[in-house]
Amino acid sequence: MFQVRAIVRGTAVPLLTLLLWEGICRAGLVSAIILPAPSAVVLRWIEWLLSGELLVDTLGSLTRVSLGFLLGAGLALPLGLFMGASPKVYDYFNPLVQVLRPIPPIAWIPMSILWFGLGNPPAIFLIAIGAFFPVLMNTIAGVRNVDGIYLRAARNLGAGSSVIFRRVILPAATPYIFAGMRIGIGTAFIVVIVSEMIAVNNGLGYRILEAREYMWSDKIIAGMITIGLLGLAIDIGMNAINNHLLRWHRGMDS
Amino acid sequence: MEKIRITGLQKIFQSAGQEIHALQDINLSIAEVEFVCLLGPSGCGKSTLLNAIAGFIEASAGEVVVDGRIVDAPGPDRGVVFQEYALFPWMTVGKNVAFGLEIKGLSRGDIDERVNALLHTLNLWEFRDRFPKDLSGGMKQRVAIARVLAIDSPIMLMDEPFGALDALTRRSLQDELLRIRREFCKTIIFVTHSIEEAIYLADRIVVMTYRPGTIKFEQQVAMPHPRDPAGAEFNELKRILGGLVMEEHERHARDEMRGEG
Repeated sequence: MFQVRAIVRGTAVPLLTLLLWEGICRAGLVSAIILPAPSAVVLRWIEWLLSGELLVDTLGSLTRVSLGFLLGAGLALPLGLFMGASPKVYDYFNPLVQVLRPIPPIAWIPMSILWFGLGNPPAIFLIAIGAFFPVLMNTIAGVRNVDGIYLRAARNLGAGSSVIFRRVILPAATPYIFAGMRIGIGTAFIVVIVSEMIAVNNGLGYRILEAREYMWSDKIIAGMITIGLLGLAIDIGMNAINNHLLRWHRGMDS
Repeated sequence: MEKIRITGLQKIFQSAGQEIHALQDINLSIAEVEFVCLLGPSGCGKSTLLNAIAGFIEASAGEVVVDGRIVDAPGPDRGVVFQEYALFPWMTVGKNVAFGLEIKGLSRGDIDERVNALLHTLNLWEFRDRFPKDLSGGMKQRVAIARVLAIDSPIMLMDEPFGALDALTRRSLQDELLRIRREFCKTIIFVTHSIEEAIYLADRIVVMTYRPGTIKFEQQVAMPHPRDPAGAEFNELKRILGGLVMEEHERHARDEMRGEG
């Protein structure tokens, strides 16, 4: 009952917004270039879909996000585990990490083009940087925050350091690591759109910039909404994996 | 047969530039299959003494000898049951109990057989696939006990294991512990600040003093089990021990008033 009410409330606002938006456009209050009607956006989106281009663009963006994320997180995870577990390794790497971390991935664009030219390599490099730091910082925090009592209990039961690392520290740190991955994939998704605007000639980011050249506002908005839906889908997917793997952790207070 | 010998044990902690004598000149001999309760107010060093026997902390002086060997590290011959349970939350009940056996490198079949038997003994069988977060406190502590029984430590070290439980759960776990002790023939050192719990369980009660932590008084308890907490002998002992513990508690309280607790 309450759920039905929540759904009604949740759809009311977007629906009214759409109606208002459509009304303003139909009344001719604004030019179609400044604000195309929602119906025009939908028609444009269907046209884009049927041409097959939408699928190519979406897959292009998703592939870049996946490769960049795997590269960035794949490097951050082992480094984070080492930095978290060993104060010595931490001392070696932390100053460098602290200096590089605040640099937004976007600031790497010029150097990435100089290093990798145009095309997919600079895009994947930028996405990897975007995913790297959140995963790194959270992995370090996760390993450092493992409750000492688990380590004691494991040692008491006869575990040596390698068993403790694999079976205690690693699983105890997973809630942190997953939180970092979720932030990382969010950043990767932002960076992919930006990098497609500068370095490649397909993908959702490229397509909305291309549409701007022709003043196709309806296609720009169709692209933006596609980006939004794709981001939402990725987040829902991550959340589902998260909830399954961390089912032992759900609702725990510590 | 002597199982544990503690001689001249001393532990000094540094805290805010001050030296805290948590343990001072502790001498104690514990026999095989003896059940010893360490009793005292908070801050009296009873948990420190237990941790020294467990090998979690290094002594400042003196030594703990178990089966003729000096303790210098934790080990599965001295299984610890913690007040906070310390179950691995990412493992199911069954996995928690199996952990120590997997480290020992037993075959899958042997592990399953042993774990299943223990889960049945401790009435945990229906809960074997649950995660710790879905268990009550009493249930969690049963799993922690099963986890230690699995590795078959001859010695069980218990640090206020029932301190966080309600009175009824506490009593049923105390009875269960006495049953386990008979069945598995364990030497048990049990830390508590509950006088009644100590009298209910122990063969011998060791009362400790508040800083420096020393042994104030030792009392053999010869009453047969099950002991009646309403009985005359029980209450006479409770009165004596109560006075001793209260003295130490008041010294602790005075320190706290001065902001040194």
